[in-house]
Amino acid sequence: MTRSLHSLPRRTLIALLLSAALAPMAHAQDWIKTGSNLSNQRIRLGAAEFRPLGQDPALQGFKLTFDATLFNDLTNAGIFDMISRSLSPSGTPGSPQEINLGQWAAEPANASMVAFGSLAAVSGKLTIAGWVYDAKNPGSPQVLGKQYSDNATDDNARQLAHRFADDIIARLGGGINGIAETKIYFVSSRTGTKEIWAMDYDGQNEHQVTKLGSVSLSPRISPDNSRLAFSSIGRDGWAIRMYSLDLNRLVAFPAGIAGGANLSPAWSGDGTKLAFSSARSGESEIWVCDANGGNLRKLTAFRNNSSPTWNPRTNNQIAWVSGRTGEPQIYIMDSDGGGIQRMTDGGYAVSPSWSPNGQFLAFSWNRKYGPGAPGGQDIYVFEIASMKWLQLTHDSGSNDFPSWSPDGRHLVFERSIGGHSEIWTMLADGTEQHQLTHNGRNFMPNWSWK
Amino acid sequence: MNVNRRLITALIAITAVASITGCGKKVKSGPLDTAPAITAPAPTAELTATPTAVTAGDQVVLSWRTTNANSVTIDGIGDLPSSGVKTVTPAVSTSYHLTARGDGGTGEATARVTVTAAPAAVAVVNDGAGSNMTAEEQFKANVQDIFFDYDSYDVRSDAQGALSKAAAYLATNNTVKVLIGGYCDERGSNEYNLTLGQSRANSVKQALIKAGVAESRLRVVSYGKEKPFCTESTEECWQQNRRAGFSIDR
Repeated sequence: MTRSLHSLPRRTLIALLLSAALAPMAHAQDWIKTGSNLSNQRIRLGAAEFRPLGQDPALQGFKLTFDATLFNDLTNAGIFDMISRSLSPSGTPGSPQEINLGQWAAEPANASMVAFGSLAAVSGKLTIAGWVYDAKNPGSPQVLGKQYSDNATDDNARQLAHRFADDIIARLGGGINGIAETKIYFVSSRTGTKEIWAMDYDGQNEHQVTKLGSVSLSPRISPDNSRLAFSSIGRDGWAIRMYSLDLNRLVAFPAGIAGGANLSPAWSGDGTKLAFSSARSGESEIWVCDANGGNLRKLTAFRNNSSPTWNPRTNNQIAWVSGRTGEPQIYIMDSDGGGIQRMTDGGYAVSPSWSPNGQFLAFSWNRKYGPGAPGGQDIYVFEIASMKWLQLTHDSGSNDFPSWSPDGRHLVFERSIGGHSEIWTMLADGTEQHQLTHNGRNFMPNWSWK
Repeated sequence: MNVNRRLITALIAITAVASITGCGKKVKSGPLDTAPAITAPAPTAELTATPTAVTAGDQVVLSWRTTNANSVTIDGIGDLPSSGVKTVTPAVSTSYHLTARGDGGTGEATARVTVTAAPAAVAVVNDGAGSNMTAEEQFKANVQDIFFDYDSYDVRSDAQGALSKAAAYLATNNTVKVLIGGYCDERGSNEYNLTLGQSRANSVKQALIKAGVAESRLRVVSYGKEKPFCTESTEECWQQNRRAGFSIDR
C-alpha cells in the first residue's frame, strides 16, 4: 500500500485541534475532538427551573416542557458541563432580583454560569424572560437577557426553549450558532412505504412530508430551508423530485426526470446548484445543474457513481462514491469534473458528508468488507488536508448516512441493529451517541443548514 | 540447540535461526531460498457448499474464508480473493478443494457436492406455443431471472442459456416490450446499491441487444435493495436477490 492514509494518532489530533480551537489545555483528556468547534474545556452551566407567572391552568405543563427542553438543548450542545438538577440550588428565581448567585457559585453546584427566568401565559400568549448570569462575577453578572413570545401551546414552549438555548450557545460557544432550532429530514417506512419525514433536531415533533406511496429516498434540504430535494421511484424509474416547504407541495423539477435512475441529490452550500447521480447516459454518473435545473452537465465518465456532497465552504469541490475499481470508494473532484483524488484505500466506503467548515468528510466505511469477513460498517471522519481518519462508531450495528449539523459539532446517522434501522446522533468526536427515532424503521437522515 | 532443531526439519530450523539471529541474513539453501520470513502465522481455510446434494443443472453456492493467505485457489476454478462466494453448476459429483498459501505455510479445505443425474424424462419447458398459457405465463416461462455474483454486474457464463432463451422468445413475440429490473442483496448501502442494480439491469439489456433484441423494446429500472425477493440474511436468499428480473413493459 503506497498511500499515506493513516488512522489518526490521538495525541496528534488533540494537539492539532486544540491549536485550532485556541483553547489552552488545562490537563490532558482522554477523548478526541474532531469537530474543531468542540473546545476541550466545557463551561460549567446551571439551568434553574423557570418561575411560572399567572393563573393559566396549562402553565404548569408549558413550564415542564420548557425546562426539560432547555436543559436537554444545553446538554446536547456539547460545549457545556451541565450541573445536574440534584446538585442545583432549589427554588425558581424568576428574575435577577431573585437569583442567589453565591449559592450557585458554591459547592456542590460550582457553577460558572446560570440560566434562569420566568414564563408567563397571558391571554393566549406565552412569554419567556430569560437571563444568563456569570456566577463568579457578582459585580457585573449579566451575560445575556432576552424575551420571547408566541402563542401559548406546548409546541411553542419547546420552540421558545430552543430559541433561548440557541442564544445562550451563540453567546457562550465562541459565536457559533446553536442547533436547537434546526430540523432533521429522514426517510421512514412507518406508514408502509418509504416516505420523507421531518423532525426537530432532538427527535421531537416528527411529521410526514411526502405521501407518494412508492419509495422515496435521500432527502436533502436546501440551504435556505425552502426546498427539499429527494429521489422517488415512479412509472418511469427514479426521478429527483422537489418539494416546496413554502407551498407544502411538490414543484416541478424537469431536470431530475430523464430516463435512467436519478438518485442522491446534493445542494451546493450557496443553494445555487445541485449535484446528483443519473444513469440517463446508460451508467450511473454524477451530474450537476443549476437549482432551477438549467445548465445540466455530466462530470464523471465511469460507472456506479453516487452520493455526491459539495464542499460547502468553497462550493468548488465535490466528494462522491465511485465503484470504478470494484468496491465503492470515496473520491473528491473539482466541481468541473477535474482534479480527481481517491480518498479511501479499500474496503467499502460510502455516503460522504462534507463538514460545514470544509475540513472534514464524514462517511460510512467497512474496512474489511467481503462476504463472511469480520468488521462492521462504521462512521468515520476524514481530515482532508492530512488524509487522516478517525473511527467514531464501534461494534454497534451497521452505521450509514452521516450528516453534519450546521455547527460542525454533531453528526446524525442511520444505525441498523439486526436489520432494524433508526436515526441516531452523536458529537463529532463519537461521544454522546443517542437514538432519536423510535417509531417504525427510519433511514437516511439529513441535517438542515440552519 | 539450533543443531538439534536442524535435525528435525529444515523448515523449523530456519524458523529458529531467523528468530534467534533476528533474521539478519537469508539462509542459503537451494529450494528454500525463496521461503519468506517464517514468523508468519499459518493460513487457515474454510469452505462450504450449499446445498451439498443437488440434481444436475442446479446451482451450488461455494463460500470460503481464509486468513493469513497470499494466494487462494480452488482446484478447477482458479485464483480467488481471500474470502468470497461463488455459484457453480456441477454436472457430476465434485469435491471442491481449496488451497490457501501464505507466508506461514498452507491451509486446505474441501467441500463435497453430490450430484444426481436429472430425471431421464426431463420436462422440456413449455414455450407456450399452441398451449393455453396466458401471454403473461408464456413470458414468465421463457424470460427468466439472471443471477449475479456478489458486488458484480457481469453476466455470468451460466446465464447464457437463460439469455438465449429469452432472446428467442422475444424474437418470436416481437411486440412484447420488456422492463428489466436490477436488484441487490441486503448488504451494502441503499444509495450505492441502486447504482449497482442499474449496472446489473443495464448489463442484461446490453446482452439482449447483442442477442438481437431491439433496444427500443428494453427499459431498465434499478430497485437496489428496496424490493427484495426474500428477506433472510443467508447466502441463498442474497443470491436470489442479486438478480435482474423481467416483466412485460405495458
